[in-house]
Amino acid sequence: MKQYIIRRLLQMIPTMIGISIIVFAISAMVPGDYITAQANPNMTKEKAEELRHIYGYDKPEYQRYFIWAGNMLQGNMGDSLQHKAPVTKVISTYVWNSFIIAFVSLILSWVIAVFTGIFSAKFQYSLFDRIVTLVVFLCMSLPSFFIGLLFIKLFALDWKLFPVAGMTTAGSTATGWDYIKDVANHMFLPTLVLTMMSTGGLTRYFRTGMLEVIRQDYIRTARAKGLKERTVIFKHALRNALLPAITLLGFELPALFGGAIILERVFAWPGIGQVYLGSINMRDYPFMLGFMIFLSVLTLLGNLLSDVLYGLADPRIRLK
Amino acid sequence: MSLEVTSLESNTQVPAKPLKVESPWKIAYRRFTRNKLALFGLIIVILMFLICFFGPMFSPYNLYDYKLIDKNKPPSAAHWLGTDKLGRDVLLRTMLAGRISLTVGLVATAITVFVGATIGAIAGFYRGIVDTLLMRIADIFLALPGLPILIILGTVLSDLKVDPGNRIYFVMLIIGILNWVTLSRLVRGQILTLREQEFMLATEALGLNDRRKIFRHLLPNTVPIIIVSATLGVAGAILAESALSFLGIGVVPPTPSWGNMISAANNLIDFRKRPWLWIPPGMCILITVTAINLIGDGLRDALDPKMKK
Repeated sequence: MKQYIIRRLLQMIPTMIGISIIVFAISAMVPGDYITAQANPNMTKEKAEELRHIYGYDKPEYQRYFIWAGNMLQGNMGDSLQHKAPVTKVISTYVWNSFIIAFVSLILSWVIAVFTGIFSAKFQYSLFDRIVTLVVFLCMSLPSFFIGLLFIKLFALDWKLFPVAGMTTAGSTATGWDYIKDVANHMFLPTLVLTMMSTGGLTRYFRTGMLEVIRQDYIRTARAKGLKERTVIFKHALRNALLPAITLLGFELPALFGGAIILERVFAWPGIGQVYLGSINMRDYPFMLGFMIFLSVLTLLGNLLSDVLYGLADPRIRLK
Repeated sequence: MSLEVTSLESNTQVPAKPLKVESPWKIAYRRFTRNKLALFGLIIVILMFLICFFGPMFSPYNLYDYKLIDKNKPPSAAHWLGTDKLGRDVLLRTMLAGRISLTVGLVATAITVFVGATIGAIAGFYRGIVDTLLMRIADIFLALPGLPILIILGTVLSDLKVDPGNRIYFVMLIIGILNWVTLSRLVRGQILTLREQEFMLATEALGLNDRRKIFRHLLPNTVPIIIVSATLGVAGAILAESALSFLGIGVVPPTPSWGNMISAANNLIDFRKRPWLWIPPGMCILITVTAINLIGDGLRDALDPKMKK
């Protein structure tokens, strides 16, 4: 197992090099830089040149790539121009705002998906199953921004049940319990949308998994032994149906920390995705690049994690 | 004696009905039409296409009717979905936007299929170093953060001052190209097994060249999975286009698209007081994408031989 993980980690190196080249090349395509994006009327041409020299923008592109990649290897992602702080620090500041929404919706969507999945498999082709199937497809097809806007209009503006946007009430100085309540209130709508979006596919997954399992012989044996239906489903069938889903947990990794860019924009949620959108407008290259590399690393680690988890959970799988 | 003969005869009797051998496509068609949800999706999509492509012909308005007296009117008998800030009919704009959004979805997917299937087929057919190299590149693309990159590329389009009319071609291209990996992996997997079968030995004996082997004999056998993957791909591409256009970096006005019509909601007054400006296009996206996903799922059940039921 240890060997396997080490080999996989080593394989990531060429992939990361490729990713860094592509990401850098794409960012380099964006015309303009931080200095032009600021549109400072007091900026003289000489001063701009001087600043460009300080930032190193006057060097040819390939040189800048090597400087950037070299720093990256030492764990230095550079300084975010817009936030005037190291990129790693900006990421670690905002990522938790994104994480909290993603985490809550992950838990909710798994719980909802497991139960609806089980019941629609148990009562396959029943009315419940048909309704679930249709709802699942709706959820899988949601344009996040539109549903976000619709919910804001209905729940926040028309019925005034929840705040419109942001993470805390403007000017609020609440601390402790009140602060938590305030944030929870603001979180509700974005979490709801995110949960709906991820529940769809998951429910389908659990339903299929459950359908496969309950047709197997050992389930019939369990029933023949006279076990209660509840025990058969939740103890005997569920365990095996959940097994393949463990791989999905690994894939959730980038979603947990990567932020939901469009949703955060719609709900003005101060998460990492929102910061990323801002960094593009401000041509904050160090942050743009750092964020994309951060996401890629998460994706690769997530893939590895899911393979390892599967190997641990299922003795039939041997990782070599 | 005679008894024995008759019993023999009855034993060897052929069934009255000759066994009809159904073609795989016929079986798939039968399975698909049995799936009511998928049929429902198909009807919705066909309707959506008909309305978007032929509906505007029956509209008494046109996009250049700037009737400022009629601006921002709520839905009425004359304007079923109201009018926008320039007095244009929202129903007409939604239909025209649908043309663009549906076309972007279809063309982007066609690009994905072309690139993905070709790369997958080449990797699977030649194996060895070519395969390793292509699949390493695929790994890289798979780990790239899709949406952040789409957003950057959209920004590049805006900054390069691409003509708004030509922009939709670039949008199709970037959405199409970024999605090639999944399909190419599927195709490669299939080709790897297909190339070991006897009919490939026959093509070898016939002395066909590689191009003919790949495009005439191997790829046609992967069409079922390509169809399924492409159908679901259209749904994804429509969503991607609408998200980009909503952010103002996909298809930009004056070309209407469902996504950029929704960005009317960025204006607080339009958002609160004039929901007819942004709810209809949003509903169109939701309905179309759901319907396409239903079709895709039905096709998967119908075409995937592993799902025999």
